[in-house]
This record gives sequence, structure tokens and C-alpha cells, in this order.
Amino acid sequence: MNPEPEPRPADAAAPTTPVVEVENLECRFGDTVVLREITFAVRERELFFIIGGSGCGKTTLLRHLIGLLRPAQGSVRYFGQEFTEADVPTRRALLRTFGVLYQSAALWSSMTLRENVGLPLEQYTALNRREREEIISLKLAQVGLSGFEDFFPAEISGGMRKRAGLARALALDPRIVFFDEPSAGLDPVTSRRLDELILQIRDSLGTTMVIVSHELASIYALADRVIMLDAGARGIIAEGRPRELAAASGDARVRDFLTRGGEKV
Amino acid sequence: MSGEPSPARVATTLEGDRLIAELGGAWRITDPLPAWADVLGDRRPRAVQVRLGSLERWDSSLVRFVHEIERWCREHGADCDVSGLPATVRDLAAQLTHARDTRVPFDHSHNLLAVVGVAATGLGGQVRDFADFIGQCTLGALGLLRRPGRFRWRDCFSEMQQCGAMALPIVSLISLLTGLIMAYQAAVQLRQFGADIFVADLVGLAVVREMGPMMAAVVLAGRTGAAFAAQIGNMRTGEEIDALETLGIAPVEFLVLPRLVALTLMMPLLALYANCLGVLGGMFVSASVLDIPPSAYWVETQTIIDLSDLSSGLIKSVVFGVIVAVAGCLRGMQCERSAAGVGRAATSAVVTAILLIITADAVFAVLFNVLGV
Repeated sequence: MNPEPEPRPADAAAPTTPVVEVENLECRFGDTVVLREITFAVRERELFFIIGGSGCGKTTLLRHLIGLLRPAQGSVRYFGQEFTEADVPTRRALLRTFGVLYQSAALWSSMTLRENVGLPLEQYTALNRREREEIISLKLAQVGLSGFEDFFPAEISGGMRKRAGLARALALDPRIVFFDEPSAGLDPVTSRRLDELILQIRDSLGTTMVIVSHELASIYALADRVIMLDAGARGIIAEGRPRELAAASGDARVRDFLTRGGEKV
Repeated sequence: MSGEPSPARVATTLEGDRLIAELGGAWRITDPLPAWADVLGDRRPRAVQVRLGSLERWDSSLVRFVHEIERWCREHGADCDVSGLPATVRDLAAQLTHARDTRVPFDHSHNLLAVVGVAATGLGGQVRDFADFIGQCTLGALGLLRRPGRFRWRDCFSEMQQCGAMALPIVSLISLLTGLIMAYQAAVQLRQFGADIFVADLVGLAVVREMGPMMAAVVLAGRTGAAFAAQIGNMRTGEEIDALETLGIAPVEFLVLPRLVALTLMMPLLALYANCLGVLGGMFVSASVLDIPPSAYWVETQTIIDLSDLSSGLIKSVVFGVIVAVAGCLRGMQCERSAAGVGRAATSAVVTAILLIITADAVFAVLFNVLGV
């Protein structure tokens, strides 16, 4: 249809360039080591999953990646720039390239969906009111919530709140979106629709997605690559494509997790 | 990252009535962007063709710009050709156009009469809820008398410490200053008649009968009542109260009674303490401004205050304690499941408590007058 190669929505970084690089990260709470020797890289446009059983430290790792917790040691780099030890302006600039969808969606309850999505635009862009309104409409349309601009979070369902949270996370067209258990609390159909939405947004906007989840259906449907954490090992016990790991991982814990204890997938 | 991307730009060429717009550079929503009106200037083409120039990257800002061009063309009856753009941009622009026309009907408007009606019926509901809650508390308290072993004494002691001992500093400060201010005001007037010593009578009676219990209650309404509402409201938001109910445990017995008992026991003690500090404040002013020796002040205070004055203040303080605890716990239990709801519950607890304290005080004033206390 279009003879010219389409320019990628994402930046000019080469496809092989890692956008997220985590090196030798150690996460602690006081004297308790939760995760250690965490090293991995996420490539541009990748749908990257952090998986593992309950209590293995998935959300803790995510909170370290997005700067809500400070690692005991190791480093996190985005686009080759140091994030963990960065000065405040660099850190803020990098934070603007992220979008985060929290487990509870974390919409501001006193604001309408329009205001929720509009706040980052108001803070970080020079768009006028009408232009902001159009971007808000586009973002809500992208997540299938057209027309719900004036609704408050309490007036919509849990699945809609998740999608509204995603619209807010996408407001500034981030280069990386982090998801914390996107399927938590959703029924299978809504969960599958959210998976399709994630895939569609990655394909249309070229966004890199880092997703914390233990939902096998989502992992198999979406993941380009996964790392698996384990509470006993306090670190990564497997890395690769989920189907390959399920079939051929040398670690029984990985096979058990990915096959629900031997169930055929 | 390779090199700095060039800014978003639109190169235009006019071919007869047709304007060709070539989009180039990096379109990022956080960067300064061209506006279609500026690009167009005074030109009014009959057709606009949008093409790709050397586009480096794009995001929603490009989609919005294309939407703006399409809208302009629609409004001015011009042909718009965007077939030279990537399919994803065209799809997203179409999605945006569709979204701007979509509205889900939901009436957020407020009719004045309806608002007044809802508020009036809401008030009736609130009185009913309050009476219902008092009833539940009474039944819970009767149950507690029958089976005191089931009462959560540990929670009660912890609350007693929180609302009693921990409130001492603020109650001290407020009561001392109240006594001090009253003594100052009285001193100025009474000195004119040589009735300096009656400052002790005025301060003593006012503090013991009214200001001591009242100030202690107002401080606790702001400090403890709001805390009760926020704690219980947060538990409501986090479904902790639902968990109690589904386990068959009455939230009133589990959460409200320990707080109610703690505050009812602590309030008279705090009022007594506030009385002492109020008298001390008056004594300080009398000694420093009126040169009345503390011993004379104390003797005068003992002469004027009798047991009925002290007991009337303490009886009021018990009722004030019940009011603050009930208002805080009730608003917490009624809390909406949101952060804003918790804030509203805390505010409402303080307002309700202070309103009821003042009302109860007025009732007591009439009642004690009739009874001659």
C-alpha cells in the first residue's frame, strides 16, 4: 500500500541496541537480600516479561527499574545512560521516556479520565487546550475508551480502569512502558483484550514493553523473551523464549512454572 | 543514541490550488511543534496533499497534526489526500476523528431542585444512620457487659494511650493559653473596679464548667476523631471491614467499641487536666499583671468552685468523648472507597463532632440551669 519503508515511531536507536540494561543489580530491604546478581537487557520494540511465582521479587525488581526503590548495588541504564546514579535533570528526562501501568491502575480518583490522561500533557508539553484534548481523545481511543472522557475512575469497571491507566501511561508517547501484573483482577476475556491492546500499541507505536506477570496465557500470547525469577535462588533462573523454556529448560522449576506442573500447553 | 534528531518541520509547495505539505524531522510531543494555521498562512488551497519528507520519528503529535489538517479541509471544503502517509498514521488519525465524534451518554449535570431534594433526603438518611449506629454501639456495649472477655482490651489500651497520653502536649498548650487569655481579658475590666481578685472566680468557673471540657473535646475532635475516621475509612477502602463482616464479626464490636470506650474514659481525665492547666494560666497572669499572689488566687479559686461545678464539667466531657468517638467511627464506616473519600470522612468527622459538641453543650447549659446545678 505504501511503497516507501515506513519510518519507525520509535527513535533512531538501532534494533539491536538495548534500551534497558540491568547489570549486577542487588535489591535489599534492610539486611534481607531479595534479589542479587540480576543482569539482563531489553531490546527496542521487545515485549519482555519478568515472570516467576508469587513472592519471588518481580514487583520489587520493577520498582527498582522505575526508580521507586534504590538498588543496594549494580546499575540500570536506559538508552546507554546511567539511571541509578544519574543527577536529577537526567533522571527526570529519563523518567519522561517511561510510562507505567500499576497493578491497581492507580488513577487519581478525584479526576476524570480526561484529567488523568491530560495531567502529564499539561505538565510536560507546550500543547494548548484544544491540542491536549485531541491527544487525550486519541489515547482514550487507542485503549477503546472513546467517549468516557468525563467519567471518574469510580464510575467505570476494573478492566476499563486498567485501560484508562494504560492511556495515561501512553500520554507522553513513552519509549518504554512498564506493566505491573496487567491481568490482575481481570476476567479472561478482558485480560485477553488487554493483551491484544498491548500488542497493538507495540506494533503501532513501536513501544518497548516490560511486563511483570505470572499469567501463562499472557506470557505465551505476548512475550518475545522472558526472565524467570525464583524466591529460593533470589535471582534469575532462566532467560529465553517461553515456549522453548517450557519444552527444553534444564531447570525443573522453570518447566513446572511454564507448564503448570506438567500440564500440556 | 545516534546524533540529535532535527526538529519537526513542514515544507509546503503550492501547485495551482493544491498545497503539498511534506512532513519531516522528529515529531515528539514534548518538543515545540509546527501549527497548521502558521504553516498555511494566508493561503486557501482547494486541495491538500500530505506526504512524507525525511521523517525521522513520530508519535501522537504527528497524528494530531494530520487530524488538524483533515479537520481544516473538512471545514473549508478542500480535498485532503493523506495516502502518502504510513498506514499506521492514517489509521490513528481516523481513530482520533472517530473518537472526537463519540460520546457516551452520562448525565453529570446538577439540577438545583434535584440537588436540594437529594440533600434533604440525605440529611434524613444521615440522622437515621446516626441513630442506627448509636443503636449498634449500645447493643455492642450491652454485649460487652455480658461477655467482657470478648472485648478487645489490647486495642482499647492502645487507643487510650493514643488519644489520652499522646494528646497531653497539645491539650496542655491549648488549655494553658485559654486560661491565660481569659485572665488577661478579665484583668483589664476588673481592675477598673478594684475587683482584681475576682479574676480567679471568673477563670476558675469558666474553665471548670465550660472551657476545660470544651477545649479538650475540640482538640480531640481534630486530633483523634479525624484519626479514627481515616483509619476506619482506609480499612473500608482496603476491604478489611468487608473481610470482618464476611467472617461474621461485627465491625462495631471489633473496631468501634474499643475506640469508644477508650475515648469515653480518657476525655474526663483530659478535661480534668485541662482544668488544672487553665487555672494555672489564670494564676500566672494574675501574679504577673495584677500582683495577686498565687496562694490568694488558689484560695479564691477553691472558694468559688464546688463539686457540682467540677462534676457538671466532667459529665459533659464524658458525653463529648462519646460524641467524638461516634462521629469519627461513623464517618469512617460510611467512607467511600477512594483516597478522596478517606479525606472527606476525616473532614466530616471533625465537623460533625464539633457541631454536636456545641449543640450538646447548649443542651447541658439549659439542663443544668433547670436543675439548678
